Parts: sequence; C-alpha cells; structure tokens
Amino acid sequence: MSRITHYFKSLLLIELFKGMWLTIRYMFKPKYTMRYPMEHIPKSNRFRGLHALRRYANGEERCIACKLCEAVCPALAITIDSAPRASDGQRRTTRYDIDLFKCIFCGFCEESCPVDSIVETAVHEYHFENRGENVVTKPQLLAIGDRFEADIAAARAQDAAYR
Amino acid sequence: MSAQPTGTAPDLLNIEVDGKPTQIRKGAMIIEAADAIGVSIPRFCYHRKLPIAANCRMCLVDVEMGGKLMPKPQPACATPVAEGMKVMTRSDKALKFQKDVMEFLLINHPLDCPICDQGGECELQDVALGYGRSVSRFTERKRTIADENIGPLVATEMTRCIQCTRCVRFTSEIAGTYELGGMSRGENLQIGTYIGKTVETELSGNIIDVCPVGALTNKPFQFKARAWELIAKPSIGYHDALGSNLWLHTRRGEVLRTVPRDNEAVNECWLSDRDRYSHQGMYAADRLHAPEVKRNGQWQATTWEDALGAAAEALKKAPGSELGLLVHPATSNEEGDLLVRLARGLGSAHVDHRLRQLDFADNAVATRFGLPVADVAGVKAALLVGSDLRHEMPLLNHRLHQAVKKGAKVYAVNPARFDFNYALAGEAVVAPQALVDALLALAKAAVADGAAAPAALAAPAALAAAIDGAAFDEGDKDAIAALKSGRAVVILGEAAVTHPQASWLRAVARFVAEVTGAGYDELPVGANALGLGRLGVVPGNGGLDAHAMLAQPRKTYLLYGVEPPHDFADGALALKALHGAERVVAFAAFASPALRDVADVILPIALLPETDATLVNVDGLAQGVQAGAKAPAQARSGWKVLRALGGLLQLAGFEFDDLAGLRDGIAERAVAGRDGLAAREPVQGLARLATWPIYRGDAVLRRATALNAHPLNRAPAVRLNAAEAQRLGLAGGNPLRVGDATLPLVIDPAVPDGAAWIEAAQDATATLPPYGAAITLSKA
Repeated sequence: MSRITHYFKSLLLIELFKGMWLTIRYMFKPKYTMRYPMEHIPKSNRFRGLHALRRYANGEERCIACKLCEAVCPALAITIDSAPRASDGQRRTTRYDIDLFKCIFCGFCEESCPVDSIVETAVHEYHFENRGENVVTKPQLLAIGDRFEADIAAARAQDAAYR
Repeated sequence: MSAQPTGTAPDLLNIEVDGKPTQIRKGAMIIEAADAIGVSIPRFCYHRKLPIAANCRMCLVDVEMGGKLMPKPQPACATPVAEGMKVMTRSDKALKFQKDVMEFLLINHPLDCPICDQGGECELQDVALGYGRSVSRFTERKRTIADENIGPLVATEMTRCIQCTRCVRFTSEIAGTYELGGMSRGENLQIGTYIGKTVETELSGNIIDVCPVGALTNKPFQFKARAWELIAKPSIGYHDALGSNLWLHTRRGEVLRTVPRDNEAVNECWLSDRDRYSHQGMYAADRLHAPEVKRNGQWQATTWEDALGAAAEALKKAPGSELGLLVHPATSNEEGDLLVRLARGLGSAHVDHRLRQLDFADNAVATRFGLPVADVAGVKAALLVGSDLRHEMPLLNHRLHQAVKKGAKVYAVNPARFDFNYALAGEAVVAPQALVDALLALAKAAVADGAAAPAALAAPAALAAAIDGAAFDEGDKDAIAALKSGRAVVILGEAAVTHPQASWLRAVARFVAEVTGAGYDELPVGANALGLGRLGVVPGNGGLDAHAMLAQPRKTYLLYGVEPPHDFADGALALKALHGAERVVAFAAFASPALRDVADVILPIALLPETDATLVNVDGLAQGVQAGAKAPAQARSGWKVLRALGGLLQLAGFEFDDLAGLRDGIAERAVAGRDGLAAREPVQGLARLATWPIYRGDAVLRRATALNAHPLNRAPAVRLNAAEAQRLGLAGGNPLRVGDATLPLVIDPAVPDGAAWIEAAQDATATLPPYGAAITLSKA
C-alpha cells in the first residue's frame, strides 16, 4: 500500500507543489529582512552609541569639567584637561578626548554626568580612515551633539521617568 | 591573686571612648583622646594647631559621668576630659545629634560640588557621606555671599563657607596679621577682610589647607585637576634653609600644586607661600629643554654629546688657576661634592657658593642653629640682628611669633624698620654703616652687666677694643637683661650675613649670645648653604672667594645654577667679570637673556623637585629627596651631567655608576674659619640697603607669576625716609636716577637716616651698587 501511495505522490509531484505553495505564500507575507542601510531596526532610547557633548539652549556648553566621567570610566578612555575659561573665569575643559578604541560603551560617563553633558547617542555608524581618528576631541564631540541634539533630547525625554 | 595596683601618673586621667579605655593628660579635650586611639569624631572647626572655637557643633558626643548620662550632647573639641568619663561617639543619640547638625550645616551650603575645586578632598563631602542623611529636606532659598578678591594666591567662593572660622583663627593666631574676620551675625555671618584687600601674610596659603570646604582654594591651581588624579611625592622646600617638608602633587610628571607634609621639628603642618607656590616658576617659558652651544654668536640647540664636548674643551683650555666655579647655595650635596671633585681635578681652588656674601674676612660658612627651630617657640627672649625674619624664613618667624604670644620679648638691631607680625620690645634701626656700632652697644651693655670682658673670651683684639669703645643706653641694658632672663636666642639674619661688615656682626652677635647664654642661630643664605659648607664647596688653598673671583676676573667660569646678575651680591661686578671671561660654561635650568649673553655653553639641569638630592637644613638635618617630577625633555639631573663631564675629562672621583656610588664617595671637608674682621670704612652720604625680596630669592621664584603678583613683592623703588628726602630736595613718587637705572622714589618711614633702601634681585636693581655701598641719587 505504501509503495502505491509513494508511486502516485512522486508521479504527481505533490511534494514539489507543497514546497512551491509555501514559497508562494511567503511571497505575499510581510518581509522580515531590513534593507540596511536604507532601513533600520528600531532602537531603544537607551541605546549607547557614539558620544556627544551637549549644549544648553542658549548655546553654552554644558560640560563644567567636574571630571566625574573621567574618574568613572572603567576603560580609561576619557582624558580631560581643565582651566578657568579666559573670557569669564568659569570652570571649563580645555581638552576632552575620548578614545573610541578603548571605550566599551558602558554608559557610566553618561550616568555620572551631573549636567547631562556627555551622552551616548543612538549613532552607531561611524568609521575611521586614519590612525589617530579614534580619539574624538572636544570640538568633534560638541559638533556631534549639535547635529543630533533633537534626537538626544527626545531620547532623554522618553526615559526621564525612569532616571 | 590580689588586684594589681594601677600605676597612674599624676597628670593622666582614665577615660573610655566607645568602650576603649585610654589615658590622657589632664586638661585635654575628648577629641584629642579619641584621635589618639583612632576613634574618628566628625569635626569642622577643630584643628589641633588652632585655638578651640566649638562653633560648628559637628563633634557632639554622648558623655557619661559618674554613671550618669549628661542630659545634653557635649562638643568633643571643647569638653575637657575627667576621671572615669565615658564617651559614646556612635550611640543612637550621638548619631542623631551628628545627623541633625550636618543637616543644618548643609542648609546654606551650595550643591556645586562638580565645579568646586575641593570636590574629592572635601571634609564636608566626607562627613556628609558618613554622618548626614541621604536626602535633603530643605526646599527654601539658600543664602549667597558676594565674593572678595583676596589676592593672586587664594581663590574665594564664600557662599560655600560654613563659618568654622579656622581661617580667621589662623590669620590671628598663626599668621598674626588679623586679616580675616567674621562680619554680621547669625545667618548673615560672613567671613572676609571686610575692606576687600589682599591677604598679605606670607603664610596665606595655609588658609586653603585649614578650610574644610571649598570656600578658600588654591588660585594658581584653580580648576586644574582633581585630588584623585594627583600623585603625591614627598619633597622639601628649597627656597630657604628650613627645608620645609612638603608633598608635590604631580600629574603626568608635572607639579601642579604643593601641600605641607607634617614634620613637627621643621614646619609643623604649615608651609610658607614661597614653598607652596614656587612650582609655577619651574614651567616658565625660558626653561631649557636641550643643551645649547653658542657658535659664531648664535645659540644652537644640540646633543648632549656635542655640548659636553664643548664644555670639556672650554674647561680644559685655561689653566686651573684661571677657572672659577660659582655654585648656587641651593645646590644639593651630591652636586656640590662633584663640583669640588671637578675643581680639584682641573686644578682650580676657586670654588664658592657664598654668592650673596660681601665680607669674607672670617671665611665663615653657614653653621647649624645653636637653638633648634622647634625650641625657638619656647624662648623667653630673642635678639634679631639684621633680620627681616618674616621674609627670610617665614616659618622660623612663626615659631618666634608663638614665643611672643607666650610672653617672649623680641629685640632687633636692624638696618630698617622691618615689618613684624608681633610687637618688638625694643628696636635699634640704623643705617647699614652704623649697624655694627648699634650691635657693639649691646655687647658693651653685656660687659657692663657683668659679663666677662671679651679679652677673656679669646675674641680678636680689635673686637675687644671696639666693644670697649662703644656706648650703650637703657634700651640695650633691657635687651641684655631679657636675654639673660631665661632661654633666649640671638638670630643673625640675612641682612647681617650679606652685610659688608658681616664678620663684625657675626663676631659681636656670637659674643652677645655667648655671654648671655643665648642660643646662636645664623640664617644660612641659600637652601643648602649648610650642606655646601660642610662639604667644603669653598675656596681651597690660595683660592678666591665668590667676591674675589669676580673682582679679580678669571678667564673661564663655571656657573652652577646661578643666574647673573640677580644671584650675586654685586650684580654689576659679576656681569663685568663674566663678560670679560673668554669662556663661560653654565649649568642652568633657565636661560635668561643675561645668561645667554655671557655664557658659551648651557647645560640644562633638573630643579630640586625633579632630581634625587640631599639638602641640609638649619638644624643640621640632612634631608634626602627623590625626584617627584619629570625634568623637561633633554634636561638631566645635575649629578648625571657632572658625572658625564667628569668622565669626559677623565678626572678622578668620577668612576661611580649610580647615585649610591656617588653618595659613598661624599666626604665632609672641614672649613677653617679665620679670626679676621673686615675693615670698617665709613660711607660718605647715603648707603644702599639691599635686601632680597621674599619672592625674588632664586631663579624659580623670580618666574613664579602668582607670587610675583603678590603685594609682598614690591615694585622696585628707592626708599628714603621723609627727612632724608627733604634734605636731598626730592619728593615722593618722582623718578630718580640711580646708576644706570631709573627708579621711583618712595617715602618710607621704615628707612633710617643715611640709608637708601633699594631691594635687590629685581630686574631694575640687580646691577646697582651692592649692599652698604655709597649711592648717589639724582632727579631723572
């Protein structure tokens, strides 16, 4: 009996059509794959990507050179020099370097910051073309902050209730 | 077995702190007993060196007496111990008191720790963490206070002040200047100078250390680094011969600040501003980073090999008798010894470190204090001879100030009315040329008071005759009586040691000390003058002293750490001799234009904080230090450079390989004094009084910008008293022509008749006629 069933099944290509049917069904279902980089997977508002230094709405940099991020950084990726600012004597950094090769993206710097200045943005797409570019300097960090301020602020607002 | 009798010394009491039995002297406070056995009680206003104020209330503890608990908590800092007292510092009640006081203290304290320089080393932070509550209940407005600018050394943020009044008590009791005080009451209490002046005491930096919060912070260090980034390296001060113990706080090899290191025998827990802020000078723009050689009139940075070769060639060229070695008196023992070996090897006897001395008649070198520094605080009387002690050795003056507070009488024989932070019991202020006479009067008074005549004391005949011929008055008699009344000290200051008749002053002061039984303390000029004296860094047989070496110019000079013309007693003479020399090899940390002008080879050497060295302080204590900071670029420790140079010249005594080998070979060389006394030539007209300003003493200090901006560093000027100015027909403020310099005239009542006080070591005054020389003034 089983030999007869097998004979007809293979003669009428039923298993082939079953497989084709599955294929046809999936052709009309929504896709799982993302067309990266045109499309992105949604990210958590707590995503820890490239660092940025933020400014206040009036354009004043937030960082006050308290050096807590430098102290808390487990990878010793942050280097800060500070001095009274020439124009008004305020406590400011003269150098704020993050070595992205050392950084382990733990987010401690962001947590320790009393003025929400150093943040980790959702940006994770960056590359270096030359040696030394892995050390991100203060002007670069401020520029990143300026560019993504809207996103940074939105992410912080979403998370505000849990902080 | 019967109970053992407990032997208790009569002045010791038995108490119990947190269940630990201890013994403490009668009259001590609870907090001292607790500190002695390592029980920590939180405190803000209590400081072991300051009087007790008991106004912060942080040290409240529970006390049980005679089995009964005291109804209220007692401040541990102001409650004397009693027999059988039981102290509970961690009982529920005590903890509650402490927590409540902490809450009150934090009411008006701003939460600006992230921008506060004290953050990370703040007593308030630490105590709040240990004893405070975790959340603030205070929602009202905090009080703020307008800031005062109290000078270039101390930054203020008075809103952070918790009114412990440590700084107020420091300026009144230790500095003796009463510059800070508390204004208004209650919540409005403010600490400040009231009139917004600079805090001018030479010990002002210590108010930063005593301040438990960030109200007073180090201005040159402002915002530079956090306490946790700094590495503390033990070192000593090298701007006076006290050798204050200190910590260098370094980051990446750079000294960022200096704080005191406790040593009761030397500097207690204090540090003078001079030692605290001088590190700024180490990083001046003209610091040498590489060896340089002058070729065809052009300076070229070069390699060590090349520079050492050039130096060796220059030193070999002329015979040893034509080579003079001038050594800075702050040079370490190791370097000093190598310089003597170098001089011997090259056949030169002309070595000297006494650059600021003018009188070599007695060939005296610095000697250790007869009365140790620590004992000066216990004297009953003191005689200062030619000493602006506050500026010459601030922390020795502090010891004397403590003695005065306990009733000591201080007399002075000075060439000007120097500023003291205590009242003098008697003072003779005479022009430099009359200083010896004024001191002779005291000696005569001592003789009249029954002292053995100087003839009996093996004093030179000229001295005995001079004392015999002197006349004294009631003031001199008082001073002698005071010196004989108990433990006393005669202090011979820098204005006497650098005096053109220093041999007289030294001999008479020694005589007075001897016959009154007082200790004799002669201030060494230079941080290691004592060590260099012991090692015999002085002219050998037939050698010329520092002054003669310049007066009879040599063909070749070796300058070691010396900056012409500022470091010389007679700057003009020094420049002339160095200019005239065929070859000058300079070991220096800085290249000033004047040095570049005269030198042919400059070898960059490390400064004391950057090298392993030994200095001998006034008590004869040899203090070894290790390198704490990194010397810049190519600069090397002086002893290494000397080793390389000696090796290149193939001299004996340079065979060692390391510091231990060098130290093994160091031997003391006795320096024979002479009985000579200088000729006393009268000065016609005005004599110059030259004192070294407190912040111009050496090359590093002259480059410390914050110190030089301090009011104690006065602008160069000619100071005359009003009567003298009138006699000369001059008015204050007008520019005067002195030699080839133009200086403003300042009418200063501190200057005696017959003297013109022009401070040395300023750029404008360094080449003027030396101390004691006649000076002519004309209108510019």
